[in-house]
Amino acid sequence: MNVRKILPIVLLAACLIVTACGGGNQPSSGGGGGGSDSNGPSTQSTESGGGSSSGAGKKIVLGFSQVGAESGWRTANTESIKEAAAAAGIELKFSDAQQKQENQIKAIRSFIQQKVDVIAFSPVVESGWETVLREAKEAGIPVILTDRAIDSDDESLYVTFIGSDFVEEGRRAGRWLLEQFKDATEPVNIVELQGTTGSAPAIDRKAGFEEVIRENPNLRIIASQTGDFTRAKGKEVMQSFLQAHKDIDVLYAHNDDMGLGAIQAIEAAGLVPGKDIIIITVDAIRDGMQAAAEGKINFIVECNPLLGPQLMEAVIAVVEGREVPKRIVTEEGAFTSEEAKAALPYRKY
Amino acid sequence: MPFRWRNSHLFWPLAALGGLLLINLLLKPEFFAIRYQNGHLYGSLIDILNFGSPLAIVAVGMTLVIATRGIDLSVGSLVAISGAMACLTISRGADQQSLHLVLGAVLLALAVSVALGLWNGLLVAGAGIQPIIATLILMVAGRGIAQLITSGQIITVTSKPYHFIGAGWLFTLPFSVYLAALVFLFAAWMTRRTSLGMFIEAIGCNPAASRLAGIRSRSILLAVYMFCALCAGIAGLITSSNVSSADGNNAGLWIELDAILAVVIGGTSLAGGRFSLAGTLVGALLIQTLTTTIYMLGVPPEITLVVKAFVVLAVCLIQSPSFRRAIAARGVPRKPVASRQEVSRHG
Repeated sequence: MNVRKILPIVLLAACLIVTACGGGNQPSSGGGGGGSDSNGPSTQSTESGGGSSSGAGKKIVLGFSQVGAESGWRTANTESIKEAAAAAGIELKFSDAQQKQENQIKAIRSFIQQKVDVIAFSPVVESGWETVLREAKEAGIPVILTDRAIDSDDESLYVTFIGSDFVEEGRRAGRWLLEQFKDATEPVNIVELQGTTGSAPAIDRKAGFEEVIRENPNLRIIASQTGDFTRAKGKEVMQSFLQAHKDIDVLYAHNDDMGLGAIQAIEAAGLVPGKDIIIITVDAIRDGMQAAAEGKINFIVECNPLLGPQLMEAVIAVVEGREVPKRIVTEEGAFTSEEAKAALPYRKY
Repeated sequence: MPFRWRNSHLFWPLAALGGLLLINLLLKPEFFAIRYQNGHLYGSLIDILNFGSPLAIVAVGMTLVIATRGIDLSVGSLVAISGAMACLTISRGADQQSLHLVLGAVLLALAVSVALGLWNGLLVAGAGIQPIIATLILMVAGRGIAQLITSGQIITVTSKPYHFIGAGWLFTLPFSVYLAALVFLFAAWMTRRTSLGMFIEAIGCNPAASRLAGIRSRSILLAVYMFCALCAGIAGLITSSNVSSADGNNAGLWIELDAILAVVIGGTSLAGGRFSLAGTLVGALLIQTLTTTIYMLGVPPEITLVVKAFVVLAVCLIQSPSFRRAIAARGVPRKPVASRQEVSRHG
């Protein structure tokens, strides 16, 4: 009986202590991180042993809120940012939002409370950021967007946006398809596996692709559905597509993982991926490149996750008060099956 | 008095499922096409059974927990942990095709699941914490554990024996269907052929009275939470082996809510007491059929959730006796019976 009475009180007390530490932890922004370890439960602080690179001998503190770890791409992205921060001597407060906007808003608020020097984050969705970013602006903390953009009229809410041009990725996928089917006289049936509904890559990769293939009226998208960027959903949705449409010629998946799931569905249907159905994906993660090298994916548009160094450069520039361009595009390429086979041994992720 | 088939608790869930199938029959007749291919059956209905089996298994476990007036929110995280555990073990093994390795990995994953179920049970039955809070702890922490196991990566395995669990075929049907049937029959046998079912209902109806009547409610609660976790563990194996990879972040995401929905659609009351395993099975099939229907009909992803919500609302309303009476009377709805019960319970 005693346990029953005491436990809720203990839990409540624990909650209060955690909250109090989060709030009362204000003056520790550049103080070597001594007291900054008692921040929110999901935030971890990595510190490098390297010297500081900013002027006053004070270590720059960067608060970074990651989307989650939904794919191999994201993991490579996280690794790149952690490594680059360590190399540049920047103290990184890393927070994983587990694909929830509310978690990201919480993380950003906690960064504001801790008075970090710069906040960077990859928005889970495009909209709904005005309030929290205005709070950051009022606190005088510059915000850098990485990898995904936000949908806001107020461009003063962030300093710069570093990341891939998703529309261009969609266009690239479309251009290759246009080239492959330029002599087509019959309709080419395309099915599309979209990313998470409402996310920037899903919207832009769809838009860029549609913009290009419009040139050839024979290319038409007969079905388009979200696969949430995951293998399991990609497989489930593709399986339904295969049931609903008997004559699919091309699959366009917004990321490799959905494509890999779809390949399993295509094989289960007794078809040969890459031959019976032409497959185009975006990202070029290791498993995807492997499938491309095996000829199961015909064309992969690269979406480079290794933007850590570019991010750290921008962070240092912002802290030192230098001007940074509003848009920084990461460098990336594209691979056919043969090129993937050649490039595979040299891939970092 | 003649048998009133409309009074059966299975009538309305089955009617809703039938309605959904009818919509498919009218709009997409190929929904029902089943052909024989590579030695097994192939078609949308088979896909529904295959992709619906993890949900059905989780929902069966959830039914028993809900029958004891509890709830288990941690099943989604357990799905992720179990899949991650199995894939990690297999990926570390010397020979991924070895049956021994896969069996070991499967047993390890299930053992971890049951142990975590024991943890849930101890918090609920031992420490007396409200089930929704007790299992919320593992729901949140479990995702983290799954990500720790996979170190944030998606673990891909090439093991053929493991792939069989979620994507293999046995006697022309997906293997996962047999697993779901096995879990269902086991639960049905345990609760309807032994006195366990009555004990569970007694605990759900009135914990104090059942304790005074000499039922060892603690042991039964422990067993129920462990069984629910075992179900989640099996579902996790199916989910991860279906795509031959473990995704700590997304595997089983929100499956707890779908499972609770399946239980409720099946006619089990969230207030505990009476439960229906067959109803839950129909509920799980209904949810998966709805998902597949949405894909087949090409509903734009932007409004998918609205369509789902609308169907669920309709199914829940049609199951409410007072709503049906109000529709039948076409007059002012009378004060619903359910709300009066609610008041007396608080009093």
